[in-house]
Amino acid sequence: MTQATTALGAKEATPYVDDVIQKFVIAATFWGIVGFLVGDFIAWQLAFPALNLDLQWFSFGRVRPVHTSAVIFAFGGNVLFATSFYVVQRTTRASLFGGRALGNFVFWGYQLFIVLAASGYVLGITQGKEYAEPEWYTDLWLTVVWVCYLVVFVGTLYKRREPHIYVANWFFLAMIITIAMLHLGNNLAVPTAIFGGTWWRSYEIYAGVQDALTQWWYGHNAVGFFLTAGFLGIMYYFVPKRAERPVYSYRLSIVHFWALIFLYIWAGPHHLHYTALPDWAQTLGMTFSVMLWMPSWGGMINGLMTLSGAWDKLRTDPVIRFLVTSVAFYGMSTFEGPMMSIKAVNSLSHYTDWGIGHVHSGGLGWVAFVSFGALYCLVPMLWRRKQLYSMRLVSYHFWIATIGIVLYITSMWISGIMQGLMWRAYDNLGFLQYSFVETVAAMHPYYIIRATGGVLFLAGALIMAYNFYRTIKGDVRDEAPYEAPATATARG
Amino acid sequence: MLDQTINVLRSLWSVWVMIFFCGIVLWAYVLTPKAKIEAHGTIPLRDDDSEER
Repeated sequence: MTQATTALGAKEATPYVDDVIQKFVIAATFWGIVGFLVGDFIAWQLAFPALNLDLQWFSFGRVRPVHTSAVIFAFGGNVLFATSFYVVQRTTRASLFGGRALGNFVFWGYQLFIVLAASGYVLGITQGKEYAEPEWYTDLWLTVVWVCYLVVFVGTLYKRREPHIYVANWFFLAMIITIAMLHLGNNLAVPTAIFGGTWWRSYEIYAGVQDALTQWWYGHNAVGFFLTAGFLGIMYYFVPKRAERPVYSYRLSIVHFWALIFLYIWAGPHHLHYTALPDWAQTLGMTFSVMLWMPSWGGMINGLMTLSGAWDKLRTDPVIRFLVTSVAFYGMSTFEGPMMSIKAVNSLSHYTDWGIGHVHSGGLGWVAFVSFGALYCLVPMLWRRKQLYSMRLVSYHFWIATIGIVLYITSMWISGIMQGLMWRAYDNLGFLQYSFVETVAAMHPYYIIRATGGVLFLAGALIMAYNFYRTIKGDVRDEAPYEAPATATARG
Repeated sequence: MLDQTINVLRSLWSVWVMIFFCGIVLWAYVLTPKAKIEAHGTIPLRDDDSEER
C-alpha cells in the first residue's frame, strides 16, 4: 500500500467505484422487502378477498404486477446492477467506465423507472402484457438507462487489465444484450396520443397469436436471461470467492454458457401449448425446454462441485449455505420446468397453482437465495467491515426463509395438481364434475399455507435488513462465533 | 443461382449453429491445454482491492 492510500484511509484506498454499488445494495434490500410484502399481501388477498378493501388501487389485478415487477425488476434488477458492477471491476482489474457520474445516472435512472412503472400499475396504466406492463413512456426511459448500463459494462470490459474476460462477465453481458433485444421487440407500440387519444395509452403493433408468441418469447427469456443468466454470473463469482477455491471446471462453465444462451431463446412457446399457436411451434418450444435441462444441470454441478473438498463450509458459514442451497434450487426448478413444458404434463399443470409454485421455487429458492448470499458477501466488503454484524442472524434468516419456501412450494404443488385434476374431472354422464368456484373453495387452505410461508420469507428478509444496518453502522454482535470462515474468525 | 444457394444455406442455419457450438466444445476440451484454461478460474481469487491490476 502506498503512503497516499494509507493517508486516505481504507475507505478511499480502492480505485474502484464502490459507492454506486453501495446504493444498489441498499436499493435491492429496500425493494426486496417491498416486493415480498406486496406479494404476501396479495397472497392473503387470494385467501380472503375482502382484503382488496373494495378499492380499485388495491385490487389483485393492479397489485399483482406491482409484486412481480418489484421482485423481478426492482429487487432482482438492483442486485444485478450491484453484483455486475462489483464483479466486472474486480475481475477486469479496471474501474467503472464513465466513473461515478454515469454509474449514478444508471442508479437514479433505474429507480425512476421502478417508480414510474409501479405508480402506473396502481393507477391502472398498463399495457396488459405480463412482466412488460409499463407503458410506452416508461419503456422509452428504461431503454435510455439500459443503454447507459451497457455502455458502462462494455466500456469497463474494454479497458480491462486482465487479458481474459472471466466467465461471470459473459453471463452478465449476455443478460444485458438479450434484455435490450427482448424489451425493444416486445414493446413495439404506437401511442394513441398520435391519433388524439389518451396520452399514456398505446397499442401493440402485433395482434392475435403473433402478439402472444412475441409476449412469451419476451416473458420466458426474461426468466432465462434476467433471472437465470444474470444470476449465474453471480454464482460464478460469489460461490468461488466465498468458498475460496476456483470454480470446479472452467471448461464446463464455457460450455454451460454457450449451450444455455443457444437454447433458452427458443423455449418461450411452451407457454402457449394447446392454443392457436401452430403445433410445430409448440413442439419446438417443448423440445428446446427439455434440451435446456442439460446445460442447466451442467451449471448446477459446476456450482455445487466447487465446494468439493470444502463441504464443511456448509456447516460453518451460513452465507455459503445460502449460495449452495440456491444452486440446489436452481437444479430443482430447472428439472421441474422442462418436465412441465412437456405437453402431456402441461395439459394438467398449465393455468394452475403448480405454475405459481414452480416460479417461486425458482424465484425464492434460486434467485433470492443467490442474491442474499451475494449481498451478505458484498455488504462487509463494500463498507470495509471485517465481518457481518451477526452470522447467527444469517443462519436464522436462512432457516426461516427455507421453511417459508418449503411451505410455499409444497402447498402450491398440492393445490395446483388438485386444481388441474378438478378441472378435468368428468362424471359418468360426461358433464364436468366441478364448477369453477368449487375448485376455488377447495384451494382455500393451501392459500393460507402459502401466505404463511410468505410471512416467513418476509421475516427472513427483515432480519437481513437489520443485519445490514448494524453491519454498516460498524457493530459486531456479541455471540458465540461460527468456526472456520476467515471473515468470522477475524472478529473482535 | 447465387440467390438459391444463399437460401439453401440459410435454411440450414441450425446446422451452422450446431457446428459452431461443437467448435466451442472442441476448443474448450481438446484444443486448449487444461492447465491454461482452468487457470482462468483463479481470476476472482487474485483480485486486489487497493490497486487496478
